Amino acid sequence: MNSKGRSRRRFLREGATLAGLVVGATGSASGQIAGSETPPEAQKPGFKDTRGYGDRSRFETSSRWPIRPQVVTPETPLNTISAPSRTPLQDLKGIITPNPLHYYVDASAPYPLPDIAPREYRLVIHGMVEHPLMLTLEELQRLPSVSRIHWLECTGNSGMRQRNYIQFRETAGMAHGMTSCAEWTGVLLSLLLKECGVQKGASWVYAEGGERARRAKSFQLEKAMDDVIVAYAQNGEAIRPESGYPVRLLVPGWAGHNSTKWLRRIKVVDRPHMAKDDWGFLVGPDGKWMGEREFDPKSIITFPSGGQRLPGPGLYEISGLAWTGAGVIRRVAVTTDGGRTWKDAQLQAPVLSKAHTRFRLPWNWNGEECIIESRCTDEKGRTQALLSEIRKKWGENPDNWRSSESPGERFSGTQPWKITRDGVVHQAAFGPHLTPPLAPGTTAAAPLPLNPGWKDESCFG
Amino acid sequence: MRSTLNFLLPVMALFSGVLCVPAAAQMPTYRVGKPLSAEEIRRWDTGIGPEGKELPPGSGTAKEGKEIWTQKCAQCHGADSKSQFAGNVRPPTPDNNPVLGGEKGVIQSRQFATTIWDVINRYMPLGEGGTLSAGEVYATTAYLLYLEGIIKEDDIMDAKTLPKVRMPHVNDDMSPYKRIY
Repeated sequence: MNSKGRSRRRFLREGATLAGLVVGATGSASGQIAGSETPPEAQKPGFKDTRGYGDRSRFETSSRWPIRPQVVTPETPLNTISAPSRTPLQDLKGIITPNPLHYYVDASAPYPLPDIAPREYRLVIHGMVEHPLMLTLEELQRLPSVSRIHWLECTGNSGMRQRNYIQFRETAGMAHGMTSCAEWTGVLLSLLLKECGVQKGASWVYAEGGERARRAKSFQLEKAMDDVIVAYAQNGEAIRPESGYPVRLLVPGWAGHNSTKWLRRIKVVDRPHMAKDDWGFLVGPDGKWMGEREFDPKSIITFPSGGQRLPGPGLYEISGLAWTGAGVIRRVAVTTDGGRTWKDAQLQAPVLSKAHTRFRLPWNWNGEECIIESRCTDEKGRTQALLSEIRKKWGENPDNWRSSESPGERFSGTQPWKITRDGVVHQAAFGPHLTPPLAPGTTAAAPLPLNPGWKDESCFG
Repeated sequence: MRSTLNFLLPVMALFSGVLCVPAAAQMPTYRVGKPLSAEEIRRWDTGIGPEGKELPPGSGTAKEGKEIWTQKCAQCHGADSKSQFAGNVRPPTPDNNPVLGGEKGVIQSRQFATTIWDVINRYMPLGEGGTLSAGEVYATTAYLLYLEGIIKEDDIMDAKTLPKVRMPHVNDDMSPYKRIY
C-alpha cells in the first residue's frame, strides 16, 4: 500500500469518528455518546476518550522511571512498590514539570494510594492555638489564595548511597529525577495559623497525612509562618492522587519529606513531635540536632545528558536546570572542556525564588571527546560544590561515599557528562566514563556484600 | 529629662498593655471553618509526642510482647530483631545497617520510646498497619526495649510508664539516617 492510500484510509477512518462525534453530540443532551451510538473504536478495551481531557501526541513517550508494578501481591518486593518514580528531566523544556511526570515517593506504600473524596476531606488545626479549627475543602478554597512556582526535591535525590549507581544513573532523570517544579495554588499556612491564633511558646508544627500509615513530620514554626502553602492545585488543576489529592503541604526550598501529602492535620507544638517520621537526620556541624533547613544550590545539564546522542559536530544549545533552597539562582557557569574554562549561561527570565531555573548556552561541538558540566551560585553567594573537589575528600569511588557522614544523601555536587566522538553522552561522575579516571594502580572497590532480602535488580533508592 | 522619663514609663507600660489585649486574644479574621471541641480533638490527636500525652489506655509487658513478636514480626525482623528488613528500601552502608536491634540499630537510635510505639501502631505489621490493639502495641514496644536491655522483662508499659523510659541516646542523635550539614 502506497502512502497516498494509507493517508486516504486514515482520513476515512477519522471522518467516521468525526461523524460519530456529531451524532453523539446531537443525540444526547449531555454531549456524551450514548451506548448505541458509540463508534467501534470506543468499544474496544483500553479506549480512552481524550476529547474532554486531552492526551499527548501518540508519538510522545516520555515517562517517569521506574514504573511501579500495577498489581501488588505479598510477594512483590517492597522496594519496587515504594521506589520513588523520577521525573525524566532530560525530556523537560522550560521550568514546569507536567503533572503526569511530577516525581513522587509513595509514602502510602505498601497500601494503595489514598482515594479521598473532596466532600469528605477535612483539615484539622489544633495544639497550641487559641481557636482549634476544622476546615472542609470548600472552606479552604474560600480563603485568600496564592499561586507560586516551586520545586520539590526528595531528601535522597542524586544520592550516592544506592547500589548499582552506574546501571541506574545513566540519564539525568534516573540520576537526579527526584525533583520537579510546578505552580502550586493554595492558602498560606501562616494565614491559617494566624486565623487559629498561635499561642506564646509554640515553636514547631507537626503535619500528618491521610494515607493509611499517616506519615507525620514536624518542622519549625518559623518556616510555617514564612512561605509554606496548604496547596489544593498543581499547575492549574487539582493535585494528582500520587501528589497528595486533594490537599498537600508545600514547604518551599526544604527537603520533600516536609511537604506532607494528603494533609489531614496540623498540630502546633513547642518541640519536635518525634512521632512516626521524625526519626532524626537533623544533625548540625556541631553534632547537635538542629531541625530542618534549606537545600544547597544544585544544577545539572539536561541537554546533552546521559543516554542522548548528538548526530554530529555543529551547533547545539546546552540547556539545564538550577535551583537552591536559599531563593534565587544568580549565575550558572558551564564548562565544555572538563573544567578548564567556564562560560556564563543565560538564565531564562523570570528567575523565580525556590523555582527551577532554566539556563541555556549555545555551543559548537567540534566532534572531539569532551566533558560538559554546570555549576550554579545562589543569592546568598553559595556556589555548588564541584564533584572533583568532593572527590578529594571522599575518594574516587562512590562506594566510599556510602557512609552516613558522607555527602551521599541529597548529593548536590556538580554532574559531569562525557560526550564521546560518536556523539553518545555518558554518565561521567563514576563508572567506566569516570572523569578524571581512577589514579593509576588503584581499582574500584568491590561492592559491599548483599544482605538477605535485598533485591539488587530492584534497588532504586 | 530623667524625671520626664520616669513619669512616662508607667504610661507607656499602660498603653502597651492596652494595645496587647486585642493581639493576645487573636480573634479570627475570616471566620471560616468549624471550631473544634476538646473531645473532637482527642479523636484526631493520635500521633504520639515525646511526652506521651496522646497515648491511649492499655498496657503490656515484654513477656506478652514476645508472643506477638514471634507470630507477627519475627519473620521479617528476626527472632532477635537483628535481621535486615525484608525488602528494605535503603541499602546498608559501611557504618550503619538499618536493623532494629543492636548498638547502631533503629531502636537504640531513637531518642524517645514513644516514637517506637507510634511507628508500630500506625505501620506494623507491614500490610496490616493499624490492626494491633493498644495493649499489643505496648507489649511489642516493651519486648523491643527489653531486647536492647533498656527495660526489664516484667516492666509494665502503659501511657504513664512508656514516656518515662530513658533511651540511651535521648540527648544526642544516633539515627542511622542522620544527615550532617
